[in-house]
Parts: sequence; C-alpha cells; structure tokens
Amino acid sequence: MPGKSKVMERKPLTWAEKTYLPQVIGGLGVTFKNLMRKKVTMEYPEVKPPIPDRYRGQPALVKDPDGREKCVSCQLCEFVCPPKAITIQPGSIPDESDDIHVEKAPEEFEIDMLRCIYCGLCEEVCPEEAIFLQDIYSLNGLSREELKFKKAKLYEVGGIREDSHFKWKKKKEAEQKGNAAH
Amino acid sequence: MNLIELLITAACGLGAAIAIMSMAGLSVLAERKVCGALQGRLGPNRTTIPLLGDIPILGRMITRIGIFQLVADAAKFVFKEETIPGHVKKFYYHLAPIVVLIPALVPISVLPFGSLDGEPMILANVDIGMLVILAVSSLGVYGTVLAGWAANSKYPFLGGVRASAQMISYELAMGLAILPVFLWINQPGSDAALSLSSVVSFQETHWFVYLQPFTALLFLICLFAETNRAPFDMAESETDLVGGFHTEYGAFKFGMFFIGEYAHIVFGSALFVTLFLGGFNFLPMFASPWPAGVVGAVLSTLWFVVKVSGLIFFFIWIRWTLPRFRYDQVMTLGWKVLLPLSIVNLLVVMFILMAITPVNA
Ligand code: SF4
Ligand code: SF4
Repeated sequence: MPGKSKVMERKPLTWAEKTYLPQVIGGLGVTFKNLMRKKVTMEYPEVKPPIPDRYRGQPALVKDPDGREKCVSCQLCEFVCPPKAITIQPGSIPDESDDIHVEKAPEEFEIDMLRCIYCGLCEEVCPEEAIFLQDIYSLNGLSREELKFKKAKLYEVGGIREDSHFKWKKKKEAEQKGNAAH
Repeated sequence: MNLIELLITAACGLGAAIAIMSMAGLSVLAERKVCGALQGRLGPNRTTIPLLGDIPILGRMITRIGIFQLVADAAKFVFKEETIPGHVKKFYYHLAPIVVLIPALVPISVLPFGSLDGEPMILANVDIGMLVILAVSSLGVYGTVLAGWAANSKYPFLGGVRASAQMISYELAMGLAILPVFLWINQPGSDAALSLSSVVSFQETHWFVYLQPFTALLFLICLFAETNRAPFDMAESETDLVGGFHTEYGAFKFGMFFIGEYAHIVFGSALFVTLFLGGFNFLPMFASPWPAGVVGAVLSTLWFVVKVSGLIFFFIWIRWTLPRFRYDQVMTLGWKVLLPLSIVNLLVVMFILMAITPVNA
C-alpha cells in the first residue's frame, strides 16, 4: 500500500543494551507477571469446554419431529464422504407404511467412526437434512467393530431434530387434496 | 581413624548424597511446576497413589503439588527397558552416566551447610575446599564428552564437543571470579586459605553479594554456563542437536544424566549461596539467631536450604525466560567478555584491598 508503509530505522544498540542485562531483567519481569496471573489450564474431564453451535462432532442420523425417518437412502453422502466412512444399503419402505410415498429408506446405514474425519460434507450434501454432525467430541471403544456405528445406534445418537419443513407430509396432503386445492 | 569413625563418616557422606539427590529430584518437580506457572499452566497435578492419595485433605494436596509425579517419573526410569544401540562403544557408554553423576555428588562434602554452637557443620573441613570443588565438579564434563563420544553418532558428538569447549571457556572466568572473594577473606593476618567455612564465617556481618556485586554477577553467569543450564545449554540444545550428548541414552542411564544435571544445579546454587549469600548466616547485619544445640543446627541448615531453593527457583526462572544462545555467541561471551571482565574485576578488587588494608599489617 503506497503511503502506508513505515520504514523502521535500525538503530545501533546502546551501551546498556549491549550488556544484555536490562533486557534480561525486563524478561524476568515479564515471566514473573505471568507467574502471578490466573492459570488458563482447563482441567478437562471435570471441566468441559463450551461447545459452539455448528460444532463438527460425531455424525448421526436424525428423525423429524413426527419421528419419521428422514433419510431416503439417496447415497449422496456415501458418495461425497472423502474417507468413505459411510456405507448404505438402500431399501424400500413397506407398502403398509404411512410414508409409502417416500418410497425409499436405508435398510442399513453404517458410519465407521474411525474413518470419519468430521468434515461435515455429508451434512452439507444431504437433500433431506437427515444427517447432522453432533456436538459429541469424545468417542471411544475397545474394538474397531464397536466403532462402526449401525443405523439403530446412529438414530439413538441423533434423535429427533426440531424443524418445521414437513416436506413429505405436505406432499402427501397436497396429493390427497389434489392439485385443484391450490 | 578407627573403624567406627570411618563408618560414621561414610554414613554422613551417604546422607549428604541422599540429601542432594532428593533435592535434585524435587528441583525436577519444581522445574515442571514453575515452568507451568510461568506459562500460565498448572503443571503435573494428577498422578496419585491409591491409599496415599485418598487421605482426606493432605492426599489431595500432595497430588495437586505433584509429589507423586516425581515417584512415577523415577519408577519409569527404573522399570523402562534398557535399549543399547548396536553402534555404541559399550564400555564408555556404560561409564559415562556414572562419570556425570558422581562428581555432582562429591563436592557437597566440603560445603558448610549449617552451624552447631557457632561452629560450621561440614563433612570435611579442609582448607582447600574451593579447590576441591573446582577440581571435582569440572570432572562432570568428562562424562558429557564421554557420552557424546561413546554414543558414536553425530548429534551426541557435537553435543560433547560443545560441552568441552564451553567448559574450558567458562572455567577460566569462573576461577578468576572466585579469586576476589578469597583475596578479600585472606587479608593479612588471617589463615582462611581456600576454606569455605571461613568464607561463611567471614560473611556473618556482610555478605559478598553486595561487597562485590560485580564478582557475584560474573560468578553467577559462569555458574549457569558450568551447569549447562539455559541459556547456555549448548550440550543438549534439543532444537539443533536432538538431545545432545544423551541422544542415544534411555531409561535408567538417561535418568542418571538427568539427576546429575539437577544435582549440579543444586550444588551450584549451594555454592553461590555459600560464597555470596552468607551461607547459613541469617541476614546481613543481623546476628544469626540460631540457638545453641541441635535446634540451632537444624534451623541454620533449614535456612541454608531455603536460600538454596530460592536460587534454584532463580535458575528455573531464567531458563523459562531467556532463549538459548547461539554457539558462537557463547564462545564470544566467554572469551571476549567474561574473561577480560573477570581479570579487570580481580585487579580492581586487588587495588581496593590495597587501599583499605593498613600498610604495615
Ligand atoms: S463428516 Fe465427512 S467423513 Fe464423516 S461421515 Fe460425514 S462426509 Fe464422511
Ligand atoms: S443421509 Fe441424506 S444424503 Fe445420505 S443417503 Fe440419507 S438422504 Fe441421502
């Protein structure tokens, strides 16, 4: 930026500076002030750090406020997942179900938590807003198998997520009333 | 000297060695705690021993201070697997840690650490005390050099070379920085010689730290260099030499280097306290209030330990304040600054002494 730069003059060291001692004493003062300050250590397992909204923790499937399974097993997340942590077996919704018009739901949905890099791409890509990264940052297990989370476990973690879209419900209502209703 | 006396002396020596070792261990802990505090952290405060740590208030306090961490560290050093790299020179490799540790423990024997009925308590009250210290404590560098050479790889080698160069450069300035003190106490008519107990008894009223502040400063700087402490820890210099002379060492042998280093610091602090801070004397211009008998002995020893701990804190404080010197800066400081300054200082003190001592004495 023209006119903004400032040329620093390089002054030769004064005699006192050459002895190095005033600087040492100044430095000791700085560190001593630090000694007196409050410690910043957070004693983790007892004190938990505050987790901001939209924190990218463990991914999990969510249900809509009616308890309907949102995922339609489009497999976009499986496709986008950089480390290929997601494996989906698509299935169809049984005929007798109320949500038969949704047509598809995952038969099995597996996320390998040891592979997941918490990038959040699955959440971003999902057209149904069915997968969300939770605020869970501490995850551990005793075997690799244990950390391959299956569908049931994923729903258990994700639970119900409040929203007011009700996309498929409205679609069904519209179908029943017919286009004339609009 | 009969057998009993010999045994008693040996027991005292062992006691002194144990004392300095435990001081060294505690200063390792202090290092971690103080370093943490200076950086706004808490330092070790979790390690605990079942039962001991469960004692209601005390147990928690000890845990928070981190005493058990010390035990854990020591246990780790002892029980870790000893790996000996295939390329080392075996005999010297085993010898080096011993050569580092022993000279750090020996010189405490000529240091007066307390007073019993006005007499200094000292293991060996020899009149060449200072000479013994200079001779023995500089042997430690042989261990460092030996470790660097025996490890037979380049970083330890560089560390060893640096250690020896640094030792040679600062030993001179250190010797010259001590001389003024002994000139002062050996004024005509005194038979103080090089004995440390006379240094201490001379400082009953006035301490050398303000009688000869410049000498004290020179000596302190040399002490930092001699103990291989930051900002002079050229031999270790983990940023450019991995770990310096002890790169190839692990487990118990590394522990010996480690304790040796801290024992040097403890001893260095004790020496500075003895020479310049009045040893076990209470405060300058105050008569020492130590009562006669054992109580006085214990009190004066404790007071000495307090002073030494203060200086150890200073050592740690400096380490976490100053960055390490570059190697050439260390050499320049040693040869071009400290050496001439200490010679000038010696001459100045000589002239002052000539001026203040009566001519016909
Ligand atoms: S957060 Fe990233 S890595 Fe983890 S499952 Fe989703 S897309 Fe895959
Ligand atoms: S979670 Fe979303 S993106 Fe993944 S399969 Fe289900 S609907 Fe598609």
